[in-house]
Amino acid sequence: MIKRRSMLLRAMALGVSVPLGGCNYEDPEHPDLADKFLHAMSAWNDRVQAALFDPHTLAPTFKPDQITRPPRFNAFYSIDQAPVVDEATYRLELGGQIQDKTPWKLTQLRVLPQESQITRFVCVEGWRVIGQWSGVPLRDFLRRVGADTRCKYVSFKCADGYYSSIDMPSALHPQTILALDFLGQPLTPPFGAPVRLRIPTKLGFKNPKSIVQLAVTNIYPGGYWADQGYNWFSGS
Amino acid sequence: MSGRVIHPWPLRLTHWLNVIAMVIMIGSGWQIYNASPLFDFTFPFTIGQWLGAAIAWHLAAMWLLVLNGLIYVVWSLASGHYKKLFPIRPRALLRDLRAALSFDLKHERGVYNAVQKLLYVGVLFAALVAVLSGLAIWKPVQLWFLSDLFGGYVVSRFVHFFAMTGICLFILIHLLLVALVPKVLPPMITGGRLP
Repeated sequence: MIKRRSMLLRAMALGVSVPLGGCNYEDPEHPDLADKFLHAMSAWNDRVQAALFDPHTLAPTFKPDQITRPPRFNAFYSIDQAPVVDEATYRLELGGQIQDKTPWKLTQLRVLPQESQITRFVCVEGWRVIGQWSGVPLRDFLRRVGADTRCKYVSFKCADGYYSSIDMPSALHPQTILALDFLGQPLTPPFGAPVRLRIPTKLGFKNPKSIVQLAVTNIYPGGYWADQGYNWFSGS
Repeated sequence: MSGRVIHPWPLRLTHWLNVIAMVIMIGSGWQIYNASPLFDFTFPFTIGQWLGAAIAWHLAAMWLLVLNGLIYVVWSLASGHYKKLFPIRPRALLRDLRAALSFDLKHERGVYNAVQKLLYVGVLFAALVAVLSGLAIWKPVQLWFLSDLFGGYVVSRFVHFFAMTGICLFILIHLLLVALVPKVLPPMITGGRLP
């Protein structure tokens, strides 16, 4: 009896370790079988999330007294390494399927109609903070520069080497903004100065900071974290 | 070998597929928990060595858990299997609970005693809460009604955690009972026959 029980325990232990051993999903260049399976499931989850996305469903908004203070910094580096962009020489470069690719100065972005929102920022790690951002609605900006909004993706390149991309329906969502201000003040370097994406219908890492280039494309651009194995769509 | 099957094959199949799904969901869920713990502890054993892998496992295995669970529910309703889980009478429950705690509960093949019924219905409920609160955490904007049902994003995380805890307690008791009455294990694999 004891023998049988210990066999059972051993079988259970094997059941845990055998199918999962070595599946670290850590080396995107050399995927093993489990990595390929996880990648296919993640692509399937991208499609499910795109189908689930309703352009009229708004992310919840909050009252000013619910804002998280002090704000929480998060990046793939420590706060003192945040890039400092010279606002006088800053230009937002445009690329891809956009008619007018003239770079934008910060002062030009500031005179466009601005939107303000107090929304929840949910990190892929599980925590959430509430903040207030204001800036230019991305859909207004895309129309103004003559972007082909039939394209699939809007991609972003950042001053810190970070890069990200979102689907066009999410880019055209009314709460998706090119934020210039945070908590009533111009963005500071740790929080994405001078321009960051604020998209409350997606997880925090889909809100790239210190954007220096915006492009519209049909070629999947990936992203800093998505290329390492995080789900690309990562919608909320 | 002419009697009725103790565990019909759809029950056995969904049971073992559920074992795989539950192990992956709980193991990867522990790694996800560790990235931002709700309490003053982290889990030492997890699946997926880092957050990205754990989320990938979690959001892949959720399909197995949910589809397999739906197949079980549909089969259970269509075949009448669910009738074995009901009714749970308080008097029978007290009697069987007392017997179980004094290790005197007779195992009757093919019949669920009141303690078993309560445990099975309880874990099905916990699994339902786990799935719904999990969806509320995954999609607090698009599935806002689920998020609201559980009291918002932050509370949903706690509900999800306690649903997992309930399922883990069930697994513990379930395995303990199998260890105490090992003859119940082979029929869950072969189907077994009633004499």
